[in-house]
Amino acid sequence: MAHAPTTPPLSKEQLLKAYRQMKTIREFEERLHIEIQTGEIPGFTHLYAGQEAVAVGVCAHLSDSDYIVSTHRGHGHCIAKGCDVGGMMLEIYGRAAGLCKGKGGSMHIADVTKGMLGANAIVGGGPPLAVGAAIACRNRGDKTVSIAFGGDGSANQGTVFEAMNMAVVLKVPTVFVFENNGYAEHTGADYAVGSKDIAGRARGFGMPAESCDGADFFAVYAAAGRAIALGREGKGPATIEPRITRYYGHFEGDPQLYRAKDETKELRETMDCLKNFRARVTREGWLTNAEMDAIDSDVLALIDSAVKTARAAPPPNDAELTTDVYATY
Amino acid sequence: MAQMTMTQSLNSALNLCLEKDPGVVVLGEDVGFFGGVFRVTDGLQAKYGEHRVLDTPISEGGIIAAAIGMALNGLRPVVEIQFADYIYPGYDQIVSELARIRYRSGGAFNAPVTIRAPCGGGIRGGQTHSQSPEAIFAHICGIKVVMPSNPYDAKGLLIAAIEDDDPVLFLEPKRLYNGPFDGDPGKPSVAWNGHPKGEVPEGHYTVPIGSAEIVRTGAQVTIISYGTMVHVVEAAARSLNVDAEIIDVRSMVPLDVETLCASVDKTGRCLIAHEATRFGGFGAELMATIQERCFWNLEAPIERVCGWDTPYPHAFEWDYFPGKDRVVVALKTMLGLP
Ligand SMILES: Cc1ncc(C[n+]2csc(CCOP(=O)(O)OP(=O)(O)O)c2C)c(N)n1
Ligand SMILES: [Mg+2]
Repeated sequence: MAHAPTTPPLSKEQLLKAYRQMKTIREFEERLHIEIQTGEIPGFTHLYAGQEAVAVGVCAHLSDSDYIVSTHRGHGHCIAKGCDVGGMMLEIYGRAAGLCKGKGGSMHIADVTKGMLGANAIVGGGPPLAVGAAIACRNRGDKTVSIAFGGDGSANQGTVFEAMNMAVVLKVPTVFVFENNGYAEHTGADYAVGSKDIAGRARGFGMPAESCDGADFFAVYAAAGRAIALGREGKGPATIEPRITRYYGHFEGDPQLYRAKDETKELRETMDCLKNFRARVTREGWLTNAEMDAIDSDVLALIDSAVKTARAAPPPNDAELTTDVYATY
Repeated sequence: MAQMTMTQSLNSALNLCLEKDPGVVVLGEDVGFFGGVFRVTDGLQAKYGEHRVLDTPISEGGIIAAAIGMALNGLRPVVEIQFADYIYPGYDQIVSELARIRYRSGGAFNAPVTIRAPCGGGIRGGQTHSQSPEAIFAHICGIKVVMPSNPYDAKGLLIAAIEDDDPVLFLEPKRLYNGPFDGDPGKPSVAWNGHPKGEVPEGHYTVPIGSAEIVRTGAQVTIISYGTMVHVVEAAARSLNVDAEIIDVRSMVPLDVETLCASVDKTGRCLIAHEATRFGGFGAELMATIQERCFWNLEAPIERVCGWDTPYPHAFEWDYFPGKDRVVVALKTMLGLP
């Protein structure tokens, strides 16, 4: 028997956009996984593949005037917040035309025009900045919010505790998103997060918090929606803890000895966010496979051209070496 | 004697100290089960157990603070900060607590903490995986700061640091873990195997903190350096065929002023080279000291070759890194060579 038609929680346009972004992140990362092996890319690269539904589910609620701060594993957040994919690829390759003129690299991609305050290689570096951004949001009175993305490992850093408490005390619109992918480098979250419950910890600081299935776009979208609404209504911070898996190693080159050999292989089959999304939207009759297939080939072409452009692009010229250290000289 | 990489010689030092003194405790992120991202603590938790080799959460402030508490109560903690670039969340604990606890207790307390931290560039790590922060620690009174440039010194200095009754920041030039590096990224990597300083005794020995080493004697100019740059300046001197005396500082605090100044008094010329940025860098302290002590024997201004005054860059690593070519230019200028 066919299902009764249901109303999607997002418009068709938004659903297509969400799928496109998740697919873009996936392809961006899958392609980097290959390109890194050529040795042409400087720096360390931490891939977001597997976690796409979190960045996209959260950022689907945001506009360019809302802020996010990100982490070392930041490509997904950048794409979900609308950063130009070509500019990101150029940045990762260290090219002059990169989003940060090749000065930041994979772990420091930022785009002020998109409210993307920066990926951040220092674990726990970002959340306090998000609180500051939220103070600016509150004082402007325009109902904008800031999002602090972080991992399970970052939840143990003192700077993050300070940020959470401050956000509660000052009652500012920051949403802490702790992407619990089970590991901080080689250390399990079940070992290093004492209570094993980051959302519970956030409640201890005095803010509402919930965990959700990070592989289910709709679950993340709903949880983030509740948290962000509180911020927009002036009710202070909130936390969500999406539980999720990263498909690749901590960084590219990680031998992953701390993981069962087929751990990700199975999860890719059983709880992949893109597969989940496709199954749900086709089952409900919200989107068709053909619509998503068309996006798939668009995205492949986009990433391919981003890589080709970045590989051929010139590095910054030497005069750039000492610029941008100060704003005043 | 055995052939060891710097990773292996550091591991050997930790192993010997853990074996000899039950008060020695190693702690840090991923140092136990995993054995450290650079493998320096490999196998130690399996051998000494979870109370001697502790995996901590990502909490640099907490790790360093806990180490201070341990040290005040009879233990000899050896902290690993995964990259020196991550040390700053613990900076307050180092400056306000670790370095001062002895002074403010009128000598009643001492805190024998060793903090190991991989430093320096040459691995394409960009601004948060390449810094050389020695000067901002050398400026703090109450903590010693050392940096080896080879496996032999690394082991001897680490044992000396752990056995020292004062806190020691032990900076490990990460580009040297597996082999010497002369600053030319185009050349294939070289191994420690076969290098005289890759010959390391298996047993206990120390390299005294506070002693510089004359790496090569010469009469024309003194080149003072440390860490990775020791290998770079050696390559530069060799390529120019100048009779340079090369000194590896090894210990920034305390500084072996006698060895440095005796050399400059002899050669009359001094070039200082470090990876860290120039302004307020450790080279400035070296320069001031030499100027004060050797002024009447100087035949040319003291020169510095350093990193540019910017954050460590992503795209311009080999422009930033003070490689052989920049050392050669400085030497030519100082010696009036064509
Ligand atoms: C202050 C600081 N300490 C340590 C590190 C090294 N480091 C980089 S990522 C990471 C693990 C982070 O784990 P988590 O927050 O769970 O994020 P994930 O990598 O799982 O996305 C560590 C320890 C760092 N970058 N900064
Ligand atoms: Mg994690």
